[in-house]
Amino acid sequence: MTNYLFIECRDPFESTDVGFVAETAAALKQRDSEVTVFLIQNGVLAARRNALGSHLPQLVRAGVRLLADDFSLQERGIQSAELLPGIQQSNIDALVDILVREDTKAIWH
Amino acid sequence: MPNKTLTLALMDPPYESANSTTALRIISAALRKGINVNVFAYEGAVNLPFKDQAPHPNPVKGTTVEEEDHPTTRNFVASLLEIGKGDPLLTWVNCGLCVDERGAGNSIEGVKRGGPGDFLKMAQESTSTLVIPTR
Repeated sequence: MTNYLFIECRDPFESTDVGFVAETAAALKQRDSEVTVFLIQNGVLAARRNALGSHLPQLVRAGVRLLADDFSLQERGIQSAELLPGIQQSNIDALVDILVREDTKAIWH
Repeated sequence: MPNKTLTLALMDPPYESANSTTALRIISAALRKGINVNVFAYEGAVNLPFKDQAPHPNPVKGTTVEEEDHPTTRNFVASLLEIGKGDPLLTWVNCGLCVDERGAGNSIEGVKRGGPGDFLKMAQESTSTLVIPTR
C-alpha cells in the first residue's frame, strides 16, 4: 500500500488552491491509502480552531492524519490548545520519519 | 536509521522564502537521524551555498556586523556539509546551467556541479524524494 504525505505550506486565506490538497487527500483516503497532511509555515494558520472556512475539518472527518509543525506554530504564536480537534502538534523529526518510510510518496504544496 | 537516503530538490533563492528554512531544517533533522541526504539545487537555490554572501550591519538599528550576527545560508549549508561529510553523507549538487546563468560559480567547498540527470539518478537510488518548488 502506498503512503501519501502532503506537506502544505500555504496559507488557505491567501491561496485558494489549498482545496487541491484537501480534495486529493480525501480521495486517496477513500481508496484505502494511508494519508498524512503535514501543515508547515503559513499552512498552520488553517489549523486554528477559530479559522473560519478552514478546509481541515473535512479532512479530519475523512480520517486523514493531520499534523502541524511546532516551529511554525510557535513562530505564529499559535498555542496547541487553539488547534482544531483532530490536529496533532508535531515536529520536523516526525516529518523526516514519515518521509523515509518505504512506499511513501511526498508532495509539497 | 541505517541505509536510508532522502533526496531533496530545491528551487528557491536564499532570503526569499520560508521554504529555504524548512529545507535546511529537514536536511539537518535527517542527518541527525543518520539518514543520507542528496540535494539537487536548481534555479535560484544554487545561490544558497554562494561563497560571496556576507553578513551586514543594520544601519537602521545602528548595530555592527558582530552585533547583528546575520546568518547566511552559505554558513548553514557549510555546517550541514560538515555534519554530512561521511556517515551520514550529504551530497549537494548545484545545477551547472543555473549557476552559469546567475554567475554563482563561487560556491563553498563541498558543493558539486551537475545537471538534471544527477537528480534523476539520486531519486532512483533514494528511499524518498521531495521536490520543494517555488510558487
